[in-house]
Amino acid sequence: MTRVFIPRDAAALALGADAVAAALAGHAAITRTGSRGLLWLEPMIEVETPQGRIAYGPVTARDVPELLSAGLLDGAPHRLRLGKPEDHPFLASQTRFTFARCGVIDPFSLADYQAQGGLKGLRRALALDPARIVDEVTKSGLRGRGGAGFPTGIKWKTTADAPGGKGGSQGGDQGAGQGGDQKYIVCNADEGDSGTYADRMLMEGDPFALIEGMAIAAIAVGATKGFVYTRSEYPHAIAAFNAALAIARREGVLGADVLGSGHAFDIEQRVGAGAYVCGEETSLLESLEGRRGQVRAKPPLPAHRGLFGKPTVVNNLITLASVPFVLAEGAEAYQAVGYGRSRGTMPIQLAGNVRHAGLFEAGFGLTLGEIVNDIGGGTLSGRPVRAVQVGGPLGAYFPPSLFDTPFDYEAFAAKDGLIGHGGVVVFDDTVDLAAQARFAMEFCAAESCGKCTPCRIGSVRGMEVIDRIMAGDRVDMHLELLTDLCHTLKFGSLCALGGFIPYPVMSALTHFPEDFRALQRVAAE
Amino acid sequence: MAEYEPWNEARGAEIIAAHAGRDGAAIPILHALQDAFGCVPTPAIPLVADALNLTRAEVHGIVSFYHDFRSHPPGRHVLKLCRAEACQSLGADALAAHVRNRLKVDWHGTTKDGAVTLEPVFCLGLCAIGPAALMDDKPLGRLDAARVEAELEAAA
Repeated sequence: MTRVFIPRDAAALALGADAVAAALAGHAAITRTGSRGLLWLEPMIEVETPQGRIAYGPVTARDVPELLSAGLLDGAPHRLRLGKPEDHPFLASQTRFTFARCGVIDPFSLADYQAQGGLKGLRRALALDPARIVDEVTKSGLRGRGGAGFPTGIKWKTTADAPGGKGGSQGGDQGAGQGGDQKYIVCNADEGDSGTYADRMLMEGDPFALIEGMAIAAIAVGATKGFVYTRSEYPHAIAAFNAALAIARREGVLGADVLGSGHAFDIEQRVGAGAYVCGEETSLLESLEGRRGQVRAKPPLPAHRGLFGKPTVVNNLITLASVPFVLAEGAEAYQAVGYGRSRGTMPIQLAGNVRHAGLFEAGFGLTLGEIVNDIGGGTLSGRPVRAVQVGGPLGAYFPPSLFDTPFDYEAFAAKDGLIGHGGVVVFDDTVDLAAQARFAMEFCAAESCGKCTPCRIGSVRGMEVIDRIMAGDRVDMHLELLTDLCHTLKFGSLCALGGFIPYPVMSALTHFPEDFRALQRVAAE
Repeated sequence: MAEYEPWNEARGAEIIAAHAGRDGAAIPILHALQDAFGCVPTPAIPLVADALNLTRAEVHGIVSFYHDFRSHPPGRHVLKLCRAEACQSLGADALAAHVRNRLKVDWHGTTKDGAVTLEPVFCLGLCAIGPAALMDDKPLGRLDAARVEAELEAAA
């Protein structure tokens, strides 16, 4: 029977992929995959033909009889035929390092994974001295993809050099992980930023890449145990990753003897419980330890005293999943792509009111305008783009006048914004930025861990002040108060939640001041 | 939809014991209790405290910190409607107002007939196909009033 690939990614399921698979059952041999990331075309199915795979989409179950009689299984023409997926402009213009296999392979086939270059990085790492692995990652220029952009190699070196074990009294040059001293690799899969779904897509579409990346990190720093902290809002990713873990253990990728190397490493997935702040690394560690997810003051750094007081690498999921490429193809190949100090690729996630919504992995340096207009195709509603929020709920709202900003950690910081985890949320001209600023404060109030006063109290006061501004009550005075409050939050908060919530608020105020004066104007007229 | 057991101390103790030996066991225990009983029943709190050598206040503090944990079982179905920015850009606020009106409940409320509990959620990772929701564990995308209506009717 002809093979047909149908995604099982949660976004494809939400658009009816299971019904399409049911309608095709008996007509074709069906392989479920992750998503290629062309989410506006989901469910996008692919037929295996002698000429290669031919994609069709968006396909609904109702289209299936017509597609079959048109010759779907031979890759025949049809209004839904997209041609070869790799020739589609959205895919052809990407640089897929981290997401190379996502949507292509059966995520639960270790054979497929290896046929597409999987485990090559881990095998190379096992042949290297651990310090050389760290060097390779440092040279690649890879930085934390959760948003902070901290150099991954330096974080790993700090953990590798940290004396393992209790109290830290043992000699530091022992060689990591020896003498039963515990170190941990923790993967932050608490992807709570609105507009981001790269972690979810990778866990559902290529989970072995994360397992491989964590195993490389473990060997580099001398850790024997890893935790993946996944948010509870991702039931499909949780199930997919647990299934992949079981396979990896059975096949000896994880366990007492990783690929026969003598290194022990295993991974356990833990599920969050609906707290956004647990995406902050110290709060995540508290939660893993079984407490309220309240932020810890730093120092000590998690690299010195992290999970259960042991030296711990805490990395974002995409950071860890980028590591196999770095080891397999070499640091040079990774760092050759990029812009300024932002090396390698970033999975940009186009979301919200955008025509071509999906995951676009590319080297850093595309301008925001290229991302939104050329790749994204403008708004889904067809109305003009008015604002783009980059980097999740703590990211700034950018007006089209800043569309020349290159996608790069430093360039966004210079414009009082951040790239965060790579989410790009597009809004058309019906958006009210005062309401969005109010929402930012409301979100901060709901999600604050409560440990520090600026965030806990300031977010509630911020909401109240914006309410008064929106009601037209002494607008100038209250705008000054709001600006002052944002200053306090930015410099007085313990973590990025309170510290960065001024970005959406102040960017809305700076770039869209008219939205804050709507009622004042009415009153004056 | 999920079927939940009524609270039973022996069963509760068994669930707690199954996880109590794990590192950082609190959250896995609370999840397991909620999976079985639909909530973290108040009488379970002293049992968890005992098993983990914590005070009842500490366990209460953990339970109340996390949005997921409930003190009462939900309706037969749970509709988690996304309220975050990407869904807002596609009309999630208006949709949420419609759904609350249609179900005659506010956030966290359960309909009078016990069919549906409405929960707000901040992002489901379905930001490219908003407005999005989870009906129990079924993901839903590109929602409008008609699609929500169809899902609610199917669930009733």
